[in-house]
Order: sequence, then structure tokens, then C-alpha cells
Amino acid sequence: MREAGPAATLAPGPRARPWRPRRFFHRLRSPGHWLPGRWTPPALLRSAGLRFAGLYAALFGLSALALVFFLWWDTAALLDRQVDASIHADAEGLNERWQAGGLPALIVTIRDRLVENVDDDAIYLLVDTGGHRLAGNLDRWPPGVAANDDWYELPIVRDNIRSLARVHTFDLPGGFHLLVGRDVEARVRLRHVLTDALLWALLVIAGLGGAGALLVRSVLQNTLADISRTTAAIGAGDLSRRVRIAGRGDEFDHLAETINDMLERIGRLMDGVREVSNAIAHDLRTPITRARARLEDALAHAAGDADLRAAIERAEADLDGIVAIFQAILRIAEIEAGARRSAFAAVDLAPLLADLAEFYGAVAEERGIAFASRSPARLLVAGDRDMIQQAVANLLDNALKFSPPGGEISLIGENGGDSVRIIVSDQGPGIPEAERRHVVERFYRGESARNTPGSGLGLALAVAVAQLHDGTLTLGDNAPGLRAILTLPARRAGSDV
Amino acid sequence: MRILLVEDDKDVGGFVAKGLREAGHVVEHADNGRDGLFLAASENFDAIILDRMLPGGVDGLRLLETLRTQNNHTPVLFLSALAQVDDRIRGLKAGGDDYLTKPFVFAELLARVEALARRSKNEGPQTKLTVADLEMDLLARSVRRAGQKIDLQPREFRLLEYLMRHAGQVVTRTMLLEGVWDYHFDPQTNVIDVHVSRLRQKVDKPFATALIQTIRNAGYMLRAEAE
Repeated sequence: MREAGPAATLAPGPRARPWRPRRFFHRLRSPGHWLPGRWTPPALLRSAGLRFAGLYAALFGLSALALVFFLWWDTAALLDRQVDASIHADAEGLNERWQAGGLPALIVTIRDRLVENVDDDAIYLLVDTGGHRLAGNLDRWPPGVAANDDWYELPIVRDNIRSLARVHTFDLPGGFHLLVGRDVEARVRLRHVLTDALLWALLVIAGLGGAGALLVRSVLQNTLADISRTTAAIGAGDLSRRVRIAGRGDEFDHLAETINDMLERIGRLMDGVREVSNAIAHDLRTPITRARARLEDALAHAAGDADLRAAIERAEADLDGIVAIFQAILRIAEIEAGARRSAFAAVDLAPLLADLAEFYGAVAEERGIAFASRSPARLLVAGDRDMIQQAVANLLDNALKFSPPGGEISLIGENGGDSVRIIVSDQGPGIPEAERRHVVERFYRGESARNTPGSGLGLALAVAVAQLHDGTLTLGDNAPGLRAILTLPARRAGSDV
Repeated sequence: MRILLVEDDKDVGGFVAKGLREAGHVVEHADNGRDGLFLAASENFDAIILDRMLPGGVDGLRLLETLRTQNNHTPVLFLSALAQVDDRIRGLKAGGDDYLTKPFVFAELLARVEALARRSKNEGPQTKLTVADLEMDLLARSVRRAGQKIDLQPREFRLLEYLMRHAGQVVTRTMLLEGVWDYHFDPQTNVIDVHVSRLRQKVDKPFATALIQTIRNAGYMLRAEAE
């Protein structure tokens, strides 16, 4: 049993100042220093890198501690077992001597063994009924030890040296008591040495763990710093920045790739918005200016009610045209944003093309234009039915607009392996090769198209629809005329979408 | 007809109300969602014209959903500036019967509202449509005028059926495009006119009186006599 500490710590002297926790916390919580009700760690502790590093150090330390403790325990236990085994063997030997030669033989054997004991760690004591020593190297029977075949660990005094011993006691017939033991002071010293070594080891472990933690932290910080820098730059408006990919194919690379993909998409959307606002700014200005000029002219120069009414009707038509352009721009933007992609389903283009052929065929016939259409029985694509319909309708509108009477328009659907082609050709003026690249841009109207009505957005919308479906719109020469080919990926039989 | 107009824009609301009254309808006008819902729930209307974005805490969608949960099946036409495909789908899913986007032509609005109000009245399966001496047998899919059989292509049959179902009402080109062809785009060419004129060749030309009338700045109307 350990004694309690000095009384002074329990009853402080007059000069000792009691600790005042309340005042301490009060200062910490005073306004301006602390957020009320919420503990905010200092900046250093807020670092995720440090948290991971701390976790690493803790794990490393714990596992090292477990190993060390196991070693320590195992070594100590082994020593204990060795002592017990040797006491046991000793006692067996003495017992044999007792059986063979009785008390005198036992006494002689004990003396012999003490003489032979080089390590000077053996302890024997043989006493008679009166407690008088017959043999052995202890002065007297230790107090509190019964002679009843049991194990004890007790302090002893031998040659005026205090030490620790582990002993086993036996009752012998005739009232004699025998004590066999080992001085284990050396073992205690060894245990001290071991403990010291282990404490040092713990210190080293703490150092190594700390260093490892700092390494983990710096690696994490370096990797995240690039992502952080890039996103900060993008937040500040520089959309061209991308996260560097280390090429190791690890989790950070995956993260970087995902972020870069997201940035690509954001960039495309931003471009779309910019284009739409440019289109609105540049191309709605013209018709609005025209409408305004007409109204102003009517206000200033109209000769009578009939003139005014005509001007208002014209203005109404102008506004309708402006709205049409506006809606087409927004529709293209909507398509390009790709939001409708979720509504994709399997669409058979064959009946769709047949319906459109019937719908526009009537107009062609009325204008004296031959209209030919053919398609296989099934033309499967995955897509948005309304959009494809509108794209093909725009191509047919265009063809009808530019075809001279007596010309021929054809609408052909073709299965081309993993793609489906819709070809609309006319015999109109066509588009010069140099201009073809531009016509798919918004609002571009070729020289020959200046005097035909339309928003000029038909082809741009068809291109947007094609791109939404991962397809293409190509313009070629029909000699004479234009051949527009809308290519869409075919839907493979058995696929989900 | 009694029509409820829920529209918060003063100019647009006033213009629509005036137009509807001129066309001979009785109009109640609410300029916020709360009043609109109260009127719609407490009185009987033949049709409701409903804006989507409304002040007063109850927007058009909420108003309609509330109305439908009360088992009120008054036909509703959405009149909204929300013009994307998804907006239209959302409006129709909430229980709307038609969806017209702003800006709109008044004739289009009038024609659609009248068609809606009429449709709700003569529900139930019909096997025969008759307008003056024109008869359509929907089961045999045959058409006769003055006892004389008229041969029509399938699409022409559907076009005539649509006109006959809306006999005496103005039918706009967009309504025909959506109702007969299920197309939701605006053709740049006069396709509808061409198809109607083909139908006229068969239904009107051989006979003394014309049934299919052109209504200037609006569309077409099938009716017994020209006014």
C-alpha cells in the first residue's frame, strides 16, 4: 500500500492561492475574444491536414504502444515463470533427498546447494517445530508466512541487504518447515531497465509519429493546394484554369479529373450564355430598330387612319418576328444546356419521317416542287422526339424556302450501322463551300437568303439538336442545291435508352 | 360564358378582360393568387385563365393543385411567361388543360379558351358528328355531304374531325398543328393553309356553300352559314 501524499497539499498554507477557474473562463468568454456558445479552434487546428496527421500519429502511437506493452509483459512473465520453474525443480530435488535420507540428508543437501550456488540467489530455510533454524541462509522464518505449501513474494534481509524474494513453503512430517525461494531483486532491476527502455522507445515513437504526421499533412496540403488555387482562380473569373493531374491514377487524380470535367461543362454553359446574350444584343437590335423606325415614321407622316392602322399592323408583325427570334434563341440555349437529355427515349424515326413527308409534301406539291421520300421500316435512335421532329422540320422548311418551282426535294432516312442518317436535299441555289461553315452559326444569312423570311436560326437549331444527341449536321453540295445530312447515333437493339 | 382571369399584370389583364367581354363573355378578374383561389373555389366558371407567377403567396401551380384536390374540374388554361418545355410539362401535369406562353396573340387565347369551355360541356363518346349537311361517322370513318360520299386521306379525316368537333369556334393554326399533327414547333411555311385548302377542295368545292371559313388574323372556323 502506498501512503497518502504530504498533508500540505490537502491543507494549503496561508500563502497558497486557490485556483480560480471561474475567473479564467470568464476572461475567455468575454465578448470580443470568443464567439458565444461555439468553440472555434485556432487556425492551425482547423487544418484538415493536421487532423489527418494527428489521426495518423495517434494510430501509429497506439499500435507501437500495444507492441511495446506486449513485449514488456511477455518478458516479465517469462522471467516469473523461469523463477517458479527453478524453485519447483529445487523443491523436487530436496523432497527426493528427504525421502531417501531423512532430515540429515536434507540439511546436507541444503548446505551443499548453498555452497554450489554461484549466482547467490538461492534461498533456503529449514526450521523445526520451535522455529529454530536447522539449515539455510535466512536468519528466521519470515513473519506472516504460513508453512502450508503456498507461494509468497516478500521482502527479506540477507547479509544485511534488503531485497525481494519469491518463496515456496512446504510442511514436512515431524513438524519441520521448509522454505525454498529465489532472490528476484535482479528481476526487479531488469524490469526497471526494460521500463526505462520502453519509455525511451515511446519518446522515439512520439517523435516519429509526429514527424510522420507532419509529412502526411504537407503531402495533403500540397495536393489540395493546387485544387484550392485553381478553384480560387476560377472563382475570381479565370475559367481557363484546370487542376493539374499528377498522372498517378490515385484518388486525387480522380478528384482532379472530376473537377476538370465539371469546369469544362461550366465553361461550355458560360460560352452558351455569352453567345445568347451576344445574339440578343446584335441580332435583335436590327428588327427592333426597323419596327421602331416604322412606328416613328407613321407617327410623323401618316396621312390618315388607314395609314396608322397599317403601320400598327406592320409593327405587330414585326414584334411577332422579334418574339420568334427570341424564342428560337432561348430554345437553342435550352437544347444546348442539355437539360432535356434526361427525357431521352427510344424513338422510331421511320413514322416520324413519313408524317413530316406528308406534312410538307402538300406544300411542295402546291408550289410545283417534286417531293420524294424514303426510309427503311425501322430507324431507331435514342433521343427527344419533339426535338428531332423540329430539326428535320427546319431542314425541310429551308429546302422549301429555297427550292425553285419544278425542282425536287428529297427526304431520305438511312440506317448506317451504328448511326442513322437523315438526308434533306433540294435543288435551290445551295450554299457556297466557303459559306457553309458560317450558316450553322446563329443568325447567319447568306447573300441569296436576304430576301426570304425567317429567323435565320433554323440550321443553328438543327446543329444544337444534333450535338445534344452526340450527332452531327453536315452540309454538302447536291449539284445543284444543298444536301443537309443529320447523323444521329443509332439505338442498338437491347440497350436501355 | 363565365371566365375567371387570374393575372397580376394590369395592362395584360385589362386587355384580356376587355377582349373577352367584347367577345360576349362574362369576366371576373383577380390580380393575385389568393383572390383567384377564393373566386375559383366559391363560384362556378366555364373556364379559368391562369398566370403562373402571381403575388399573394399562392402561385398558379399551387392554385390549380388546390383546386383539383377539391374535385373542381373547371378547365384551366395557363398563360405564362415560363416558356421552356419543362415548364409546359409541369403546368399540364399539375392539371392544366392547355398552356399558352407570353407573348400571345389574343385571337389564339380566345380560340383556346372557347374550345376548352366547350369541350368540358360535350364530354362523352360520340359516334357521329354533324354540321349542316356534313356528316361524319366516326366508327365507319366515312364522311358524307348532302348524302354524297367524300373520300378523305387519314390525316384529312382527322383535320376535318377536329374542325367539326370545334364547329362554330375559331380554330387557330397552332391549335390545328398541335391537335391534328401533334407538332409543337412553328413551321416557317404556310403548311396548315395548304392542308386546309386541300380539304376545302374535297369538302366545299363541289357544293354550293362553303363550310370552312377563313377568319382573318386568327385561323379557321367550320360553320353552317357565313355571317
